[in-house]
Amino acid sequence: MRRKNTISELVAVAETRGCSLWQVILEKEERLQGRDRKDIWRTMEKYWAVMKESLDAGLQPGNRSLSGLVGEEGFLLTRYLEKAKPLSGSGSVLAAARAMGVAVVNASQGRIVAAPTAGSCGILPAVLATVAERTGASEEAVIGALFTAAGVGMVIDEQASTAGAKGGCQAECGSASCMAAVAAAEMAGGTPRQAVNAGALALKNFLGLVCDPVAGLVEVPCVKRNAIGAAVALLAADMALAGIESKIPLDEVIQAMKEVGDALPDSLKETSLAGLAATPTAREIEKRIGAGDRGNNHPGLLKV
Amino acid sequence: MSVRSVFEIIGPVMVGPSSSHTAGAVRIGNVARAVLGEEIRRAEITLYGSFAKTYKGHGTDRALVAGLLGMSGDDPGIKDSLNRAAALGLEVQIGLARGEEFHPNTADIELTGVSGKRIFLRGSSVGGGNILITRINQYDLSLTAHEPTLIVEHLDRPGVVGRVAGILGDNGINIAEMRVTRGNLTEDKIMVLETDNQVSDEILVAIARLPNVTAVIRI
Repeated sequence: MRRKNTISELVAVAETRGCSLWQVILEKEERLQGRDRKDIWRTMEKYWAVMKESLDAGLQPGNRSLSGLVGEEGFLLTRYLEKAKPLSGSGSVLAAARAMGVAVVNASQGRIVAAPTAGSCGILPAVLATVAERTGASEEAVIGALFTAAGVGMVIDEQASTAGAKGGCQAECGSASCMAAVAAAEMAGGTPRQAVNAGALALKNFLGLVCDPVAGLVEVPCVKRNAIGAAVALLAADMALAGIESKIPLDEVIQAMKEVGDALPDSLKETSLAGLAATPTAREIEKRIGAGDRGNNHPGLLKV
Repeated sequence: MSVRSVFEIIGPVMVGPSSSHTAGAVRIGNVARAVLGEEIRRAEITLYGSFAKTYKGHGTDRALVAGLLGMSGDDPGIKDSLNRAAALGLEVQIGLARGEEFHPNTADIELTGVSGKRIFLRGSSVGGGNILITRINQYDLSLTAHEPTLIVEHLDRPGVVGRVAGILGDNGINIAEMRVTRGNLTEDKIMVLETDNQVSDEILVAIARLPNVTAVIRI
């Protein structure tokens, strides 16, 4: 059996060769897939193009999910940013707005890129777009950052999980925030060591986060967890770039995430049996948007 | 789990909100369309389990109908599939079942084609966009439709299996997996063949012309 990959191994290779994490990960992809580097790069470019489309679509006014539970959060936050001086910094507010926008595109049956999942799809594109803007990074640097993020996600998926049904929301939004933090720190000029420190700082903050979607839909609280996941990634990257280290290395944080995920009861792993999904308000919502009520959609076509 | 590619983490490009309730549902629709094999006039869909409970918020009905219309799981048109179906004169009826006897994400699809041909299919979405078809017409089976798949309906007579395999072999098509199942009548039978490459129209016609073969479906 193939030995599992670790973060420390990725960092060691990058440090020995004096290169970026994304280069190590891209070369590994070439070896694993036996695919031409340019071809792999082009695929990632296509995915970034879809991410950008979803970022744009997400901030339009009038967005609404299929259930109507979520919609204009991203738009509201960007409008607020135009008028107010945000308490938490314009970068994190913008990233949070973008993350919610993409998550709403997903919830309204629009096209997104799973990163690592559909439920957590807003975090990575929102963070990368925001960092690119603030650092003036090239399109190429963003594609590189996507490889870095993917490489970190591969390790998490191998060592723990990236599925809410297996590990709770820590495995989805937690993983996405961790991946985004590493990619952001590297894009902003951090060393591989600083970058993975950013990932550890971000992920530590999600340990134990449960997956408890209201009415079983990828909307509440998922959309807002995407927002806060993006903001955490940016702050973690800033902290790491300032020279702050995570006392617990990322590999061990990932291990801890697996143990916490295994210890979580099934009721808190995407089954909507506990947590926010079992609150009185959630039960009300469930009743209101229940499957039997189709509102005025397609009268005459659907007979339920 | 062993991850072999960065694109298992970044990707796939998909239409939301959930791979099991959208991408998987589209694929079930795709298979039903292939099984009917002609233009659809009417679709009666029954949803079970989580499909029944959350189809509205997940757009599972739209995804299934998109699949019936031949769309793929990343088609932005999925959202609008019900209107598109209506415009094409495809009548859709959605029913809900409260039974817990099947996998949580299960749909029964009954299709009527332009010629009046009717088919029944039961499929489950089993996670990450993967599906399992467990019934086609009167046959219980277990079909993932991961690989190119050929379904041959035939009478229960000696030699049919050999002749079908022979045609495939003569045309350089390797059979990866094969199962033969009896239906509920006395002499109806079905052969499910997963092949390494897609079977051409000519081969399909040759198999359909074999004695005792009653129908051929390519997925």
